[in-house]
Amino acid sequence: MSEPLPGLSVDSVTGIDVSLPLAGPGARAFAFLIDWHVRVILAVAWYVLGTLIYNSRLALNAPLGHERAWFATVVLPALVIYFLYHPLLEVLMRGRTPGKRKVGIHVVTRHGELPGVGALLIRNVFRLIDSLPVAYGVGLTLMVLTRDSLRCGDMAAGTVLVYERAVTDAELLQSAARRVGRLDTAGAEIAADLLQRWGSLVPEARVRLTRQLLQRYLGADADLSPADELQWRARLERLARP
Amino acid sequence: MSADTANPRERALAAALLARAPTWQQADARAGRLARGHSEDAADAVRLADDYRLLAHDLARARALMPASRAREYLENAYARAHATLHHGAWRLGSGLRRLLVEETPAAMRWLAPYILWTTLIFVLSACGGYALVRRYPDLIALFASPDMIASVESGKLWTQGMLNVVPSSILSVEILTNNIVVSLFAYCLGFLFGLGTLYILGINGLMLGAAFAFVGEHGLAGQLFSFIVAHGCVELSVMCLSGAAGAAIGEALIRPGAAGRLESFRVAALRTGVVLLSCAVLLVGAGLIEGFISPDPRFPLSARIVIGLGYWGLMVALLTGRLFGRRAAPPAAAGP
Repeated sequence: MSEPLPGLSVDSVTGIDVSLPLAGPGARAFAFLIDWHVRVILAVAWYVLGTLIYNSRLALNAPLGHERAWFATVVLPALVIYFLYHPLLEVLMRGRTPGKRKVGIHVVTRHGELPGVGALLIRNVFRLIDSLPVAYGVGLTLMVLTRDSLRCGDMAAGTVLVYERAVTDAELLQSAARRVGRLDTAGAEIAADLLQRWGSLVPEARVRLTRQLLQRYLGADADLSPADELQWRARLERLARP
Repeated sequence: MSADTANPRERALAAALLARAPTWQQADARAGRLARGHSEDAADAVRLADDYRLLAHDLARARALMPASRAREYLENAYARAHATLHHGAWRLGSGLRRLLVEETPAAMRWLAPYILWTTLIFVLSACGGYALVRRYPDLIALFASPDMIASVESGKLWTQGMLNVVPSSILSVEILTNNIVVSLFAYCLGFLFGLGTLYILGINGLMLGAAFAFVGEHGLAGQLFSFIVAHGCVELSVMCLSGAAGAAIGEALIRPGAAGRLESFRVAALRTGVVLLSCAVLLVGAGLIEGFISPDPRFPLSARIVIGLGYWGLMVALLTGRLFGRRAAPPAAAGP
């Protein structure tokens, strides 16, 4: 298991901060590349299919002159797919796009919450600046230079990109099943304390407390002699061990 | 320290903690349901608050007992999701859009009022400047208009005449509205350059408008140009001033950030003003359609164009003040004793 990624820390009323692992320029650029390919493929596919259907033959040439129907049904939707891909999908998929989902990142506010519609649209409006002068030059430079890997749109909308959960429910249960013992938290603390203070307790107290614990968590009285302290301790250690 | 290498006490505590994994899963699933708006159950919402405390408690233990474990990672995510759900509520696109149009946009407009006044003044002064310049030095029109446009006006014809014979209205509309939206967005975004980019775009557009009127006026075509512009121009020029106002607000936030700091100030200004831009983009789509279908069409008389222009402007005011979606004017403040 790798060490936790550098992240954003958000204060909480519980006193335990919410820790969000931040996505860096690499993950963000990778997600963008996937999204770029998806939207180009979709837009081109629409254009090609639309033109083939419009022409009613195997030809991809545009009609001569300005034809309204061809423009409205073929060109316009392809442009809409290409230019509104990010804002529409981020709003509909709650801060995600197919590329972000593939990389395992999503957009949240600096307070760890889901951004509102306004914030998501604003971060996309500022792509105009981030994409200057070419190939997201401004955006990439800002991401490299800022501590939280922010582009101009993120600064304007107060958003960050963080990694999504990498651990599935099944993985958690599998991991837990290997370690879970028979004790609950209170029992585990008592058993641990008892083991720690074993030497400082009088022998009767050691045996009495161990017997009570074993009775409570194993449901049966141990058939051991009160004088056999080593056996009592071994039983207690087995109970406490995951 | 990992649970595998810890002392018996820590191993026992870690094991006891992991026994609660099914509870974490239930809490996470509940938070997910509530976040997506798939649960209207009040009991679920109340239990989320309990889940939040439970996850916080267990996460604190997991961070201490098994910092590099899958369980800690799972808890971090479950806790973050519970936190977001508890503090933000369910994600509902409809109510989000409604809040945007009924509450956030009118509030942003009120906040922007002084900027709108200033940017309108700058735009009008630039237009007056352009008009005065070309009236005094007619040759300067070459700075603002293309040779084709100049030749057309000099031959006694507006460049807009016969436009529909060249390009169909639908294509013309899309070209125009795309251009207008991009210009407005740039006027807004360039506020990022401490407001200078915004002022530049406002100034240039004002100069061009004034210069064009002065030039066509010299050739007796000012009435025709007014007739062409009035239907779509009321909203188009207002939106230009609105985008400029939003950009100017961003510029001021960067120039005078206050105690919060420049980045925070920029964020607040952008979030506050950006919502106005979204309405502006929608309004420009309408203006583009009018400019493509109505403005170049000689069958529409001037009176109809004025009615369309003023009517659409009224719709814009209703949209931006939230009245279009049922927002009522704030009641007057109670009189003092």
